[in-house]
Amino acid sequence: MSWATQDPESFRQSLRSWLDTHCPQAMRDGLNTEATICWGGKNWEFTSKHQKLWMQNAAEVGLTTPRWPAAYGGAGLSREQDKIYLEELARINARMPLLSFGIWMLGPALLAFGSEAQKQKYLPQIIRGEQRWCQGYSEPGAGSDLANVQTKAEDMGDHYLINGQKIWTSYADKADWIFALVRTDRDAPKHKGISFILIDMESEGVSTRPIQLISGASAFCETFFDNVKVPKENVVGEVNKGWDIAKYLLTHEREMISGNNQGLTSGRPLGAVLAQTAGEERLSDASLRAAAMECEIDALSVGLTLERYKDQAEAGAGVGDASAMLKYMGTELNKQRYELMMSAGGSEAIDTDGAHGDLAMDWLRSKANSIEGGTSEVMLGIISRRILGLPG
Amino acid sequence: MLAESARGFLDADAPVSKLRKMRDDGKTHDPELWAEMAAMGWCGVLVPEDNGGVDMGHAAAGVIAHELGKTLAVSPFLSTAVMAATALKQVDSAASAERLSAIAEGRLTYALALDETSKFAPENSQLACEKSGNGFRLNGQKSFVVDGGFADRVLVLARSGEGPEDLTLFDLPADRAGITRNDQAMIDSRNAARLEFDNVDATGDDIIGAAGDAMTVLRPALQAGQAALSAEMTGLAAGAADMTVGYLKERQQFGRPIGSFQALQHRAAHLWCEMEVTGSAILHAGRMLDSDPGNAAMAVSLAKARAIKTAKLAVIEGVQMHGGIGMTDAFDMGFFMKRARVASEWLGDYGYHAEQVADARGF
Ligand SMILES: Cc1cc2nc3c(=O)[nH]c(=O)nc-3n(C[C@H](O)[C@H](O)[C@H](O)COP(=O)(O)OP(=O)(O)OC[C@H]3O[C@@H](n4cnc5c(N)ncnc54)[C@H](O)[C@@H]3O)c2cc1C
Repeated sequence: MSWATQDPESFRQSLRSWLDTHCPQAMRDGLNTEATICWGGKNWEFTSKHQKLWMQNAAEVGLTTPRWPAAYGGAGLSREQDKIYLEELARINARMPLLSFGIWMLGPALLAFGSEAQKQKYLPQIIRGEQRWCQGYSEPGAGSDLANVQTKAEDMGDHYLINGQKIWTSYADKADWIFALVRTDRDAPKHKGISFILIDMESEGVSTRPIQLISGASAFCETFFDNVKVPKENVVGEVNKGWDIAKYLLTHEREMISGNNQGLTSGRPLGAVLAQTAGEERLSDASLRAAAMECEIDALSVGLTLERYKDQAEAGAGVGDASAMLKYMGTELNKQRYELMMSAGGSEAIDTDGAHGDLAMDWLRSKANSIEGGTSEVMLGIISRRILGLPG
Repeated sequence: MLAESARGFLDADAPVSKLRKMRDDGKTHDPELWAEMAAMGWCGVLVPEDNGGVDMGHAAAGVIAHELGKTLAVSPFLSTAVMAATALKQVDSAASAERLSAIAEGRLTYALALDETSKFAPENSQLACEKSGNGFRLNGQKSFVVDGGFADRVLVLARSGEGPEDLTLFDLPADRAGITRNDQAMIDSRNAARLEFDNVDATGDDIIGAAGDAMTVLRPALQAGQAALSAEMTGLAAGAADMTVGYLKERQQFGRPIGSFQALQHRAAHLWCEMEVTGSAILHAGRMLDSDPGNAAMAVSLAKARAIKTAKLAVIEGVQMHGGIGMTDAFDMGFFMKRARVASEWLGDYGYHAEQVADARGF
């Protein structure tokens, strides 16, 4: 299939007919919630045969990573084609075939900084949903002050020896590999002694311990490294220059997290969602309606900004620090959206066995949006210093 | 490029100090500045080339409006070059062609007489239009007619029947017998007037578009005006925010610049985020009007709603972060605050536009 060369209209047509036959009906329910997402990986248990089929069909033509180069198994779509792809998924209400930290974060970092061998080794497995990644950034003493990581990697000649602890590592207990920030030079200034390294979670000395979230799920873990041997070729980019990669990856993470709000192209109107939750055609409660209208106006505008930034990036002008804005605005809005849905649901929404029981879990989960990937306060700090140039 | 040349011109020829001088002199219109704008092609920004315009489209009109907002320049750009020109373009007649070229050349100014109560609701117009012989007779009043005190012509929305949209749009010389104009003292020191219509005679030739079908002509004009006004408001917000961020870097308290206090940094950063997001909505509205005008309604209302919210935040924070100086007449921030308030009401407030978006989104 050579979609990459098709003009927008013929691409849309051939995509439509491909979706007709390759996207199972059961996957057209518009659900992309914590409970329905397909994360993939060696130990992934598919919730249905349709979920598996949809992931595999999409992976076969690269549509799990629409914009990645065809050379590694991506679909190689242009920005415009990617937009069409998302529109067409939304049109038939399809779930995303596969989501993962590999797709959102590691892949873009490898494409930008990885060696050819690293790209060949990891990217195709991520695309096919065979390898699940987790992110080893945070430590007990390195949260907002991320560059303070202490997990140490000692140069042992032919390998590194890793010792230390990570925390808040989402899905570390289910992941096959972890990309981690480790300290390779204790004497250098904070930002200059960090390296970005890839570690197989099956290596001897790696252990994890789940931490329960307020939603009852145990999505994140403490992760311990006890004399873990890691081959030197697993360092991405240059030794001690890992901070640059870390930051690059964070901009992708921020865009991904902010993209979860319902923009113009991605989602259903809030009114429709609320009407469904409230069980009514129109929203009659005046205060709820007013808050919902404002939220919708803001969400549409943030969605348009995301689009504008993507166009800008496509034209070669990086978005850089402005991704902090998207993260901040998108996540604060998403929290507001869930508050509104909970209000609309009333007592149904707080009954965990009730018709909208999942909603409460997603509402609780949304509170993390303005913490994970850097807190709102940290985003505002980036904007005030780097964009507005206010004194530190 | 358009933005840069506009900025250069306005910084030199229409800075905020000019508005202050006009206010102090009791003037609300500056024909010289208007002539200069015409010379630069701004009056013809939406006028077809065949009628002597430059026809650059709504996105470009937005760029100009944004810069006008930044220095609070006073002109009938929105009433005339944006709204009247868009209305006239909807009809194919010798008279409208002639008026379009007069607009492009800066020879003709327009105002729109729409509101009768304190809120924007053109569909509720009650100004009566009755058949009289071969023509019509208009009776009633209009308020908040922006630029109405000096405009050469007015577009007047009149009720011609019982149905909700039974409205007719007239294009009249402002000195037609029976029209009285009384200036309204606007808080932002710009021009607006109340218009009384006392047995004003009109003919079929005075109607723009079809009798009983005003909205077909008026709606695109209103949308063009709302989009450009939104752009003006983000310009205004940017002007106010620039002053504020500048002050945060320069004002010292407790032995350090106040901009080093995180409480203020975060508020300034939040304001910047709001402006950045609103900018996208404005850009989108201009592009929709240019590429798909039939479906631009939601984009336009989105832009106006966001622009109101953002401009309000920018001027409130502007005054607060300047402390006492922000409250003085001698300092410019008050002008920004007043202009923002007036622009929030003109052509529909937040609630009005939020309802339009909600409608389009199926609430
Ligand atoms: C659901 C979830 C999933 C996560 N997944 C991962 C993961 O997979 N991998 C990973 O590595 N990490 C993950 N994290 C961790 C996340 O990145 C950190 O929680 C985050 O960076 C904040 O660090 P902290 O929790 O140590 O808070 P702290 O840094 O201790 O912050 C506490 C409070 O102080 C504020 N604060 C701190 N510094 C400043 C400052 N300079 N100015 C103003 N306010 C400040 C913060 O905004 C916050 O409100 C996840 C977190 C959550 C909630």
